[in-house]
Amino acid sequence: MNTIYILWLRQLKRYFRSKARIIGSLGQPILFLVALGFGMNQMYEKAGGGNYIQFLAPGVIAMGIIFTALFSGIEIIWDRQFGFLKETLVAPTSRLKIMIGRTLGGATVALLQGLIILFLAFLIGFRPQNLLLLPLAIVFTFLIALLFTAIGTAIASILKDMQGFQLIMNFLVMPLFFLSGALFPLQGAPKALEIIAKIDPLTYGVDGLRGTLIGVSQFGLATDFLVLSILTGLILVLGAYLFSKIEV
Amino acid sequence: MTMIQVSNLTKKFDKFTAVDDISFSVKKGEIFAFLGPNGAGKTTTIKILTTLLHPTTGKISLNGFDPIREKYEVRASFGIVFQDPSLDDELTAYENMEFHGVLYRVPKKIRRERIEHLLKFVELWDRRNDLVKKFSGGMKRRLEVARGLIHHPKILFLDEPTLGLDPQTRNHIWNYIKELSKSEQMTIFFTTHYMEEAERVAQKIAIIDHGKIIAEGTSKELKEKTKTSSLEDAFLALTGSTIRDEEAGFMDNLRAMRAMHRSR
Repeated sequence: MNTIYILWLRQLKRYFRSKARIIGSLGQPILFLVALGFGMNQMYEKAGGGNYIQFLAPGVIAMGIIFTALFSGIEIIWDRQFGFLKETLVAPTSRLKIMIGRTLGGATVALLQGLIILFLAFLIGFRPQNLLLLPLAIVFTFLIALLFTAIGTAIASILKDMQGFQLIMNFLVMPLFFLSGALFPLQGAPKALEIIAKIDPLTYGVDGLRGTLIGVSQFGLATDFLVLSILTGLILVLGAYLFSKIEV
Repeated sequence: MTMIQVSNLTKKFDKFTAVDDISFSVKKGEIFAFLGPNGAGKTTTIKILTTLLHPTTGKISLNGFDPIREKYEVRASFGIVFQDPSLDDELTAYENMEFHGVLYRVPKKIRRERIEHLLKFVELWDRRNDLVKKFSGGMKRRLEVARGLIHHPKILFLDEPTLGLDPQTRNHIWNYIKELSKSEQMTIFFTTHYMEEAERVAQKIAIIDHGKIIAEGTSKELKEKTKTSSLEDAFLALTGSTIRDEEAGFMDNLRAMRAMHRSR
């Protein structure tokens, strides 16, 4: 328990100490909310979609979460390069605990980031439909955060340096985000796109957030929750396995 | 009683043999120096002994446990000060110490006492709440040595622990370690490039070159064997005086490892 706690605490301390990172990682979501939200609003309303900011905000929250979460997971590569990873790897404690502590820490950080974006969205006009569902929205936020921190951990356990980072951003993170229906409704999208979106785990995260925040869900909250939690479980196991195999 | 037993250990990276069929043993409470030129295989050997790398072949026993099959027991038996940096720069000196103490399950009361004692000992107590990234190289090194001593392990690995430290600090630290070795029957396994340090501290010395152990014994025995008057001369007589390629820095290692990873 202590091991998990101290690793969780470390992630949080690192997060709160790098103000530049907190602010920096808010820039992109704000840009999306403002530029896309206000820019596309008229068109979206004319097409009969309703208020675009209402539709967009859960997607942008999901975006903020996955970027922060993935980066927290990938931080293992930094730890490897700066040598700190060795210190944790030779300790007489199970690597599973180390991995869990880190992942929970990263997920907590991403959750905080998601809540900040929710608040910012509120400032520019986003209104959750049902405040009673807010705790459930936080559950979804945390699930997405956990899933993507675990993905980051799994990837970082295989990669030896940051060279492959661009590759992951452009061929994994960006596609996952853009194809998840975070920015546009999947109903009425071309069949191929819809199928791809259904394979994308983030789709269920975004759908879950929309279901809890604006009361619109395509698959239903139960399905969203189930898909996300099963997948998170699987990736956690995979991440733990890969992490336990790290040699320095 | 034997604390470290290594028999016919070999480690190959692709075609390169870093450690070539070495055998040695270290007794309980002994201070053992593992010397060799750059790239001789010292750090690789330490990484294998400390469960960070898998050996290609060979048998190892630490405190009676096997680093491959009984990782946990082995990890609970040793402490280590690494050759290259291993601190978290974004944490304070105290937090780095605390992190280590918790990870090694040192009870809170003892942990607090030892951290205070050790930070005072390496003269970093006044700087305990500063982030490590503000520290100089020597201060970081002192902190790492102090950190390695929080939990009193049965075996302590020190991979060039005094690199970059001034003679005063080196002396200071070695006196402490010698004392600890005596009072706690702690086995010390260390590497260094300062021969006079090995001569003064080590009870037994092994010299490794090109992955093979080429000589073993006390400082006196090695000097007699080579008919030299100092350990440095004995070392040069044994390993020759050609300058070795600098051991790959950690970025080089990363590159090499990535290349290996791709080719797999």
